[in-house]
Amino acid sequence: MKEDISAVDFLDIINIVKLQYGYDFAGYVQASLKRRILRFMSRTNISTVFDLKHRLINDSELFTHMVQYITVNVTEMFRDPRFYRTLREEVLPKLAAYPNIKIWHAGCSTGEEVFSMAILLQEAGLLSRTKLYASDLNPMNLEKAATGIIPLDNMKDYTYNYIQSGGLADFSNYYTARYDNVLIKKELRKQINFFQHNLVTDTVFNEFQLICCRNVFIYFNRELQNHVLQLFYDSLSSRGYLAMGIRESMRFANIHKQYETVHAQEKIYRRKS
Amino acid sequence: MKGAYDIITIGGSAGSLSVLTMLLDALPENMRMPVVIVLHRLRNVESEMGRLLSATKKIREPEDKEPVKDHHFYLAPQNYHLMIEADKTFMLDYSELVNYSRPAIDMTFSSVAEVYGHRALCILLSGANKDGAEGLCEVIAAGGTGIAQDPQTATFEAMPQSAIDLCRDVKILTIEEIIKFIFFET
Ligand SMILES: C[S@@+](CC[C@H](N)C(=O)[O-])C[C@H]1O[C@@H](n2cnc3c(N)ncnc32)[C@H](O)[C@@H]1O
Repeated sequence: MKEDISAVDFLDIINIVKLQYGYDFAGYVQASLKRRILRFMSRTNISTVFDLKHRLINDSELFTHMVQYITVNVTEMFRDPRFYRTLREEVLPKLAAYPNIKIWHAGCSTGEEVFSMAILLQEAGLLSRTKLYASDLNPMNLEKAATGIIPLDNMKDYTYNYIQSGGLADFSNYYTARYDNVLIKKELRKQINFFQHNLVTDTVFNEFQLICCRNVFIYFNRELQNHVLQLFYDSLSSRGYLAMGIRESMRFANIHKQYETVHAQEKIYRRKS
Repeated sequence: MKGAYDIITIGGSAGSLSVLTMLLDALPENMRMPVVIVLHRLRNVESEMGRLLSATKKIREPEDKEPVKDHHFYLAPQNYHLMIEADKTFMLDYSELVNYSRPAIDMTFSSVAEVYGHRALCILLSGANKDGAEGLCEVIAAGGTGIAQDPQTATFEAMPQSAIDLCRDVKILTIEEIIKFIFFET
């Protein structure tokens, strides 16, 4: 049967990671974080929580490795095609009014989401005057994202998603295939800046007309969700847009009154003033 | 015993839709506890499943952090694992496939075992893989009740059969017996 981590051990692990490495996971949803720590232990043959704590204190490389396991890095291009269709039809035409557009993808993982956005912007003729900021807490994800390389196997799904999102071009124009991978065209990537930013501990660094933070909130407890929603509020220009994952909701956060709903189903909100 | 459970969780895969519909048809609209359904569905394809099921009962796909409420029927949304947190709210998880599936029945059962312990009733229906078996056994180990659809009556027997093979004390019931069990024992 499945081994478990006691509440005390769990807090110990969180504290070691925070004190020694500066990453604060205290506001993460426990069920999934515990599961991922256990998964990391079994993959790396660490059999007891005692061993894990001991090694975390003495071996910083182990921690680097652990981060890769405990953050959920799964992502897709044009995931939830209807969301991208709504961006195309309702949000981008509004952004077009700004001479310079700034968009932030918080929790961008390996880049698939921001590449999709770049394609939308290109098709709307807005890419050259847009700056895309793509951040994540996990440095390995960012390294991968910066290469612009995606496994070829995924392209079939992504092409399907792209068409569903209302894309009319030949999707294969946006990449070049090399053996088992594809390389997203340089011209799509040149406006993107990948950098490390931890939503829990780092602060406002710029002002945006649109922030996409999708499928990151699900890993945060309500208190942390509020904290991050405040950070986004402070990072949005007046009437700026915020997009969350389609199963995420602002309804359960206290701060929701400061945002108005633009599209309830696609979870697109807007700063009220 | 009446009042013995605080939640009913049902997992199904290939061949489960018809028995599930039968089961839902038989249940009253106003159950005393929440009923949470996890079905394997095709990824990224707008599925008919939700609509088919809602024809029999008012079923909603929960959002992240939504409280788990009595009297409600829930269906795990496509492409996310569905878990329940200690404070009885839903948590959606977009992590790797488990048993080639997302949602994975194991993920839901396992969290239900942890949060509800002996007050959980979990039911595993027809299916062609072994998802749900481990979770069902965790539910039983935590003192809850685990039912597997009698493999002889299942369109695909692999799923209930793997639960039966994996741990003792799984109740093996036909769909009619499952309905009776819910009526008289919950
Ligand atoms: C499931 S992925 C979502 C990727 C993409 N946004 C999407 O929806 O497809 C979650 C990402 O959030 C990142 N993340 C988790 N906690 C974070 C934090 N505190 N600050 C920034 N990024 C974080 C993870 O490293 C991971 O890359």
